[in-house]
Amino acid sequence: MPVFDAGEIASIRSRFPILSRTVHGKPLVYLDNAATSQMPESVIQAVSEFDRTRHANVHRGVHKLSQEATDVHEGSRDRLAKFLNARRREEIVLTKGATESINLVAHAWGRRNLRSGDVVLVSELEHHANIVPWQIVGSENGSIVVPIPALDDGSLDQDAFQKLLDGAKGPVKLLAVQHVSNALGTIHPVKEMVAAARSRGIATLVDGAQSVPHMPVDVQDLDCDFLAFSGHKMHGPTGTGVLYGRYEVLERLPPWMGGGDMIDKVSFSGTTFHEVPWRFEAGTPNFTGAAGFAAALDFLEEIGMDRIHAREAELVAFAHRELSGIPGLRILGTHPDKAGVVSFVMEGIHHYDAGMFLDQMGIAVRTGHHCAQPAMERYGVTGTIRASFAIFTTESEIEALAAGVRRVQKVLGG
Amino acid sequence: MSVIQEREDEIVEEFSMFDEWLDKYQHIIEMGQKLTGIDEAFRTDDYKVKGCQSQVWLQPGIENGVVVFKADSDAAITKGLVALMVRVLSGAPAKEIADAPLEFLERIGLREHLSPTRSNGLVSMVKQMKLYAAAYASQEAHHG
Repeated sequence: MPVFDAGEIASIRSRFPILSRTVHGKPLVYLDNAATSQMPESVIQAVSEFDRTRHANVHRGVHKLSQEATDVHEGSRDRLAKFLNARRREEIVLTKGATESINLVAHAWGRRNLRSGDVVLVSELEHHANIVPWQIVGSENGSIVVPIPALDDGSLDQDAFQKLLDGAKGPVKLLAVQHVSNALGTIHPVKEMVAAARSRGIATLVDGAQSVPHMPVDVQDLDCDFLAFSGHKMHGPTGTGVLYGRYEVLERLPPWMGGGDMIDKVSFSGTTFHEVPWRFEAGTPNFTGAAGFAAALDFLEEIGMDRIHAREAELVAFAHRELSGIPGLRILGTHPDKAGVVSFVMEGIHHYDAGMFLDQMGIAVRTGHHCAQPAMERYGVTGTIRASFAIFTTESEIEALAAGVRRVQKVLGG
Repeated sequence: MSVIQEREDEIVEEFSMFDEWLDKYQHIIEMGQKLTGIDEAFRTDDYKVKGCQSQVWLQPGIENGVVVFKADSDAAITKGLVALMVRVLSGAPAKEIADAPLEFLERIGLREHLSPTRSNGLVSMVKQMKLYAAAYASQEAHHG
């Protein structure tokens, strides 16, 4: 029994204006949702309505517009807290994306808590955004970034993980791990990994950039100290993102960036800081984006994260069937637990050439290393072709991809 | 008319035969296949032009007082485009190379490949070619 009937999918598609455009004279087949997803009309409307009627700075003004803007902005924090099942709204720090969220932890938490020789445990499949900030902090305080090795099927080596947790490469102070691989789509058992780390008193950060948009994520259930994700990957506007932080942890952290809105009292003899979460939100925030982000959550919840997850699993299985029949094509990441990503390479064909040709056919895929060069190295490739799905993706779009791939092979003789 | 201009016009005429994008790209790929490539000694990081997705190697040299280029790429389309640039620029007077506006790419509908945000390494390669030619031209001017 399919999760959605065809009429429902068609109705969902009709809510995305961009899906009706053509590319190089062909209907757009958008399969790059893991990079940036598309916005439904309701999100575009929420942003535009805010800009037309409430556009004013938040928190500071006593005038009506500012109050309304503050209500919308802080309202999105409430919506996010509910969406993640956070214990309190103060656990939601609004950022411009997952990258900023992770950098915030690296600078505010990492600089205070990491010492020379301490280990930040990441995975071999990590996005650069969850490697480089730790290396930057490590270059200052001598802490080191150690990867949990990945297995051939795209999962993480749990035995090696246990050994690393027990100090095989030095004392682990933080587990900073992705929930879902952006390059391969594997869903890692982060709940169990977080529990294993916490039982040893190790702090935990989950990069949820590829999980929060595609499945139910409950921070109390995950029990991590930090969770980072972006709005533009979940049908929201770009420049929106979240750092969830356990209240007791956030409360003890110093600010990272200084500026307006994050202070309590400023004088040249010393400054005291605002409470959590505003302490971490220096400067004028993206309130317009927050209006759209809240509308994106409405859209996702109206459909239901459980159903979205189930539907995308169907699409991944369908894509595996369609693509695995093509000679010379190899799918990277064959572990059964996968979110809406299928990554593959083609024998004798450069991913860039394949991407260029697919583009000419109206098919948008991602090619290259997906900001996960160590992962590419692990699988002995310089890059892959990645198709990534959303709730509006159809089986016929995946068939178009498979047909496109066959055509690329014919032309390039792979 | 400059040497480069003549070559560009020739390419524009050649491409005017193609109505279909696929034919155009197939022609580009064929040009890449005919490219002689670079000497193995030059296939190193020093001669690699930085590009995000496809790699390009550029081997500049001077033969009989003119700037000549050899180049290669690991991706077929990029290699074809590289061949196209070598065909237009290699062996032309150094000052002409340095000043070439290279408008032909627009005329054959391939301008997008030379936009600075493109990750194929072609923009950096052309920049390198021009820098090399400019350096040689100024050297020539000094030494007569």
